[in-house]
Amino acid sequence: MTDAVAPIDHAELRRVRIVAGSYLDSEGGGLSEWLLATDHKRIALLYALMITAFFFIGGAAATLIRLELISPHGHFLSDDEYNHVFTLHGIIMVWFFLVPLIPATFGNFLLPMMIGAPDVAFPKLNLASWYLTLIGGICVLAAMMLGGVDTGWTFYPPYSTAFSNSNVAVAVVGVIIAGFGTIATGVNFVATTHMLRAPGMTWFRMPLFVWTIYATSLVMILATPVLAITLTLVAADRLFGLPVFDGFRGGDPLLFQHLFWFYSHPAVYIMILPAMGVVTEVITCFARRRVFGYAMMVYAVLSIAIIGFVVWGHHMFVSGQSVFASLVFSFLSFIVAVPSAIKVFNWTATLYRGQITFEAPMLYALGFVGLFTIGGLTGLFLASVPIDIQVTGTYFVVAHFHYVMVGGAVSAYFAGLHFWWPKITGRQYPESWARFAAALMFFGFNFTFFPQFILGYLGMPRRYHVYPPEFQPLNVMSSAGAVVLAAAYLMPLGYLTWACFYGKPSPANPWNAKGLEWQTSSPPPKRNFLRTPIVTEGPYEYHDLDIAPEPQARPVDAARAHD
Amino acid sequence: MSAFPIFPREASSFAPKTDALYFTLVVLSGSIALLVFALIIVFAVRYRRGSSAPRGALPSLIKNEFEIGWTSATLFVFLMLFWWAGSNQIGQLLPPARAMEIHVVAKQWMWKIQHANGAREINMLHAPIDEPIRLDMTSQDVIHSFSVPDFRIKQDILPGRYVESWFRATKTGTFRLYCTQFCGTAHSGMVGSVIIMSKADFASWLAAQRPAGDLAGQGRALFTSLGCAGCHTPGGPIHAPDLAGLYGRKVPLSDGAFALVDDGYIRDRILNPRSNPPAGYDPIMPSFKGEVDDGEILALTAYIRSLGPNSRGALQ
Repeated sequence: MTDAVAPIDHAELRRVRIVAGSYLDSEGGGLSEWLLATDHKRIALLYALMITAFFFIGGAAATLIRLELISPHGHFLSDDEYNHVFTLHGIIMVWFFLVPLIPATFGNFLLPMMIGAPDVAFPKLNLASWYLTLIGGICVLAAMMLGGVDTGWTFYPPYSTAFSNSNVAVAVVGVIIAGFGTIATGVNFVATTHMLRAPGMTWFRMPLFVWTIYATSLVMILATPVLAITLTLVAADRLFGLPVFDGFRGGDPLLFQHLFWFYSHPAVYIMILPAMGVVTEVITCFARRRVFGYAMMVYAVLSIAIIGFVVWGHHMFVSGQSVFASLVFSFLSFIVAVPSAIKVFNWTATLYRGQITFEAPMLYALGFVGLFTIGGLTGLFLASVPIDIQVTGTYFVVAHFHYVMVGGAVSAYFAGLHFWWPKITGRQYPESWARFAAALMFFGFNFTFFPQFILGYLGMPRRYHVYPPEFQPLNVMSSAGAVVLAAAYLMPLGYLTWACFYGKPSPANPWNAKGLEWQTSSPPPKRNFLRTPIVTEGPYEYHDLDIAPEPQARPVDAARAHD
Repeated sequence: MSAFPIFPREASSFAPKTDALYFTLVVLSGSIALLVFALIIVFAVRYRRGSSAPRGALPSLIKNEFEIGWTSATLFVFLMLFWWAGSNQIGQLLPPARAMEIHVVAKQWMWKIQHANGAREINMLHAPIDEPIRLDMTSQDVIHSFSVPDFRIKQDILPGRYVESWFRATKTGTFRLYCTQFCGTAHSGMVGSVIIMSKADFASWLAAQRPAGDLAGQGRALFTSLGCAGCHTPGGPIHAPDLAGLYGRKVPLSDGAFALVDDGYIRDRILNPRSNPPAGYDPIMPSFKGEVDDGEILALTAYIRSLGPNSRGALQ
């Protein structure tokens, strides 16, 4: 406990506990009290269950892809089957896993707690967001069941509008519906951040995770409507024969690409900004050190969110857009890399003179920094027009965005999941298993995706299941790595499910962490705080500014000493 | 071709330039990554909890100056990279004026190649070494992309539009051609070969192709067989534009705008003649959409181009 929270009257505490209880305690409503929950913490868990299901559906598709690519001759799947499988993988992973991954789970669970609020600004809208995402996901799965979709997740016309004989319209409608869920979440989080901060929680006392969720929400609100209109036009072209994207009838297929990437490039920042927030919280806690350059980190987050809107044309260097437009987008793409580099330097500098421990959240977070650094640096290759011409549409691009979104965002998700696991469930996870899974995930990831950079510069096109035999050795290496990676992803599913039921009860603040979310019980009471906290200091006061951090005994060490 | 290549061959004039930039970036980003990883490992070991390493407050040097320093350094390096990559790109923007022209029509799922003398190939493109080759490309259906990794070139091909790309090969041999924009069921089957030959070999290969007349000659035959000549002959019974000397000129349109008569314009007139005809003409020409394919449009265009400013009267 810190002086951030007013001292608690214990008699009152007992009385309030009976009223409030843990948010997990049953209210006697059975399943409906979950399916109709408006508590942000319960909605976060609904999201977590949903995206876990989608992750394993998308992961099954990835498994089929890597299996197929072991052989250059396309032994296992037909042309159409392969096209359906990678389309399913892309649509599910982008819109039903990565976009909601951190904002809808940790954002929902933690944003109100971190700013000292009892809930988000619009709790019912929050539940509606979950249903919209779920209905969208069911539409996409229905499209797959009814015969599949074969356009790739990018839905490029005129293939998607006039040539594909698959269920494009159903899938597109699913994505549009889920998009409204994303917009509603963004509106909710922006309103929450503006309106519900506890007394004393000034903007520059907000944890960086809150800043990243806030910036992400702005991107969601501004970018997602463009996706909705773009995909609506695809559906209209397809269903009603409009010629918006038909080059033979006065339309323009490039218009689609501009609109699509105007959404889809910022969407990358929807995925990676919250991941940066999670990693900042974890590194500062396990290094016992104030984050290096807090203000600079805030400005970096905001400038990534803003500049991220004006770099979309770097997806189109070979599309036929003017080469002068390409040069402008190339310039802006180099500029947007600067704030990302600042963040990597600042995380590294935060370790300097710390008191570092290496529990699983820290291992995942350091893994994030490593993989995100590689993902970010390979972005410089893609920002250079001549190199992009060589590698766009190849496995180089595939490797690059998997490093950022999977190596980056998913590693950060696991960092956060282990860090806040005691907070969310009130139980501890098995530390040795978790450390092993973190290490396995890091190496499995590199084994899977690093060979793809080499394949890409050699020119192996993406979305090919029959490929020249000289590419086979690197593809076999990649598929072998995918086996390791799949095992690493299945392990947390196993041990965390076990820990839900059999994990040892956790102390309220096992890591001795500073965030407001830790200054209440674990799992938290229904309204988060028994008294509204009053904030008197910044988010990472692990030590006095002019004094070095001392090694501290944390509750988790005591709990572990009993093992 | 080695059994386990890890780097593509350098077979065009672009390849060494692109690769120089690539290797610079590999070394630069490799060094940055190694620096970050080394710092993380050193800090992680040295400042592990309870180690004897001295902590103390941060030296004042490390505060703001440090942050401004590395931000500016990063920005400077990135701007240099942009400058190099960008100037490289502008330098190779336009094909040399005397480039040899080869037409490419992409369709699901094959490459149709037409040479200026009328020779046609499917999924193969023969070309001479050390000669700038301009590719004039269009698609008959969806977006495709023309990619030859050993040349470091790639260009999306849009339906209903002409796009161009060019290369100058520096090695003879067979090089893989891929479609790199997803185009449907047999996308991964839309592959071909670019065969680069010595100039003498290419000349004899081309001579052996025995096409039915060169491309403009094929266009002239179509011009008659499709009935175009019935109207587009000066002094004929129907008021239609005289095509001689038209190519490359700017013509006024009925909405008051001007259009440059180029490949794209001619294609548009053949397929959509009734929208916005040239000023002074009634929209009476029928559309040939569905009657001529892209190869035939290329031949007709080649014919109309052959009626250039100096060939007035060729129609008679």
